[in-house]
Amino acid sequence: MKPYRVLPGPEEFLPPSAASMGIRLPDPDQGHIEGRIVPEEEAMERAAQVFLSAKVPTIFPGPLVLWSWNEKAAKKATAIQYLYDVIRESVSSEARPMIIPMADYRPKYPKINPEVEINPNHPNLTIWHNKIDACMFVGVHCHQANLALKIIRGGTDCFTIAMCAQAGHEDANLTFRDATPEKIMNFAGWIKKLKGTV
Amino acid sequence: MSTTVDIGTKNKKGQVYTDPNDLFFKTPRTSFFLTGSEIIKEAIKRSSCGMSVAYPITPQSEAASLIGELFAEGYVDIYSRGASEFDVMSICAGGSFGGSRCFTTTAGPGTLRAMENFPMWAGSRLPIQVCITCRGINSPLSIQPDTLELYYMLETGCLVWHAETAQDLFDFIMKGFIVAEQPDVHLPIAVACDGFFVTHTKDVVMMTPDDMCLPRYDPYRSPVPCMDMECPPVRMMRDPFVMKNNYISYATHASWQQEVRAAIERSRKHTEALLDGLIEVENGDAEVLIVSSGTAVSQGREAVTLMRDEGFDVGLVKIKTLRPFPSRELQAATRNAKRIFVPEFNVASWLAREIKAVVQDNQRVVAGPHVGGGMTMPPEIIMERILRTLKSDKEALAHV
Repeated sequence: MKPYRVLPGPEEFLPPSAASMGIRLPDPDQGHIEGRIVPEEEAMERAAQVFLSAKVPTIFPGPLVLWSWNEKAAKKATAIQYLYDVIRESVSSEARPMIIPMADYRPKYPKINPEVEINPNHPNLTIWHNKIDACMFVGVHCHQANLALKIIRGGTDCFTIAMCAQAGHEDANLTFRDATPEKIMNFAGWIKKLKGTV
Repeated sequence: MSTTVDIGTKNKKGQVYTDPNDLFFKTPRTSFFLTGSEIIKEAIKRSSCGMSVAYPITPQSEAASLIGELFAEGYVDIYSRGASEFDVMSICAGGSFGGSRCFTTTAGPGTLRAMENFPMWAGSRLPIQVCITCRGINSPLSIQPDTLELYYMLETGCLVWHAETAQDLFDFIMKGFIVAEQPDVHLPIAVACDGFFVTHTKDVVMMTPDDMCLPRYDPYRSPVPCMDMECPPVRMMRDPFVMKNNYISYATHASWQQEVRAAIERSRKHTEALLDGLIEVENGDAEVLIVSSGTAVSQGREAVTLMRDEGFDVGLVKIKTLRPFPSRELQAATRNAKRIFVPEFNVASWLAREIKAVVQDNQRVVAGPHVGGGMTMPPEIIMERILRTLKSDKEALAHV
């Protein structure tokens, strides 16, 4: 049997969790690309290439960076805004970068407005509506991020990137771990560096 | 947000918060001769436990009342009694939602009465520890060990570890907190031992110094929002977390269940490091293996010695964790075995079924011997079962 790979979907009606298929989380200074453990800088390069070649590269900031819990959260939010600005300056003129918040995890009734928000309980609606083909989760609590990442993999063809402050996410197509403002700025640096090469 | 204490500082009892790896593997240990119930108390004394809730299911274990003494001495911050086991587990959920390291004990009928709470704990990602001192669950009631209740625990989403001895119990309780609270795991853990055999008998246990303790739990590393005054439930979740929610898709519910099981898988690497593997193998090249968990392992070890005295080469595999189940480890450990015997203290032989589900050529697995209702399992009956099976195998071969 071929080893499982965490590829963009649509995978199946109810895709398995990547952890149950043998995908392991990276150790510090590592990331994973489609389930393959790599040095973090290699993951940075690949993630930058994905965003630069996407038609709708999108950042989904979550509650941990949207709310000013503490100084660290505020610094991270500033870094994310900088990253977004760098993406806008670096992508081709046809690309339509977006930043769509996941302000909380409350299921929305009767339905979400996919123009302005994403929700972990039905993230596919926002992906489909905005035709998002590459996205990055940052500042989303790990449990909720994994729910959303797996649902996205199940029903959409969006390439998912997780910029996680803890141990990373197997269910993303590409993950970073131990995210800090500096790491987000480093990612922005990679996008600048590869601008025009993709 | 974070309340993590600095390693090296002291708590109000003068215990030094110590790096878990240093505490487990580097600090000198001293031997004590104590009952299993007393061992539970000693482990909690060193675990920086914020809250413990008791429903005194005596005579199974004195642990809950002994932890009350720890509260009186100031080692546990909050201690209360529940009206029932269901109540106890519900109170623990509240404490854990609020960011406290919670510990409780239960056994047999109490485990089943509390059962609804265990998947709720797991779905809510609450790293509560419950020590299950196994006893019979059915009428007529028995206080003797019977591990049937563990079968009910297997799909609750909890980590389930099964201690063989009082030493295991001491180590598993303290290490269990550390694994269960990892951000990528963050699940409840059931540390089980066979009641009466372990809880009521005295054994020599090597313990860490009681002036050193684990670092406190940091709830802000949780994979779900920690409830505090800035973050009441309604801010992040429309309905109280534990209630039915009609506004999320069934795909979300399914994905949620998968995520809990994924977290069990993630616990492997942390558990392997702290428990030195999910299984322990002695004489693994033998063609006959005894594979089990809990005190059945001790009986199996005695049977190995008896068999060796009779000139038979028999090996032993001790399963430490039932969730995560050591599937790959068992496949490797049993690769060369011609017969795999699974002695169990329950009528259902559930562990044999679990093993049959993961090993190659599972007709090699013999579900037994097993006893129930609190019967003892003399090693002689394990030996007798092995000899009878081998004789039968030989006769079958002769007729080919």
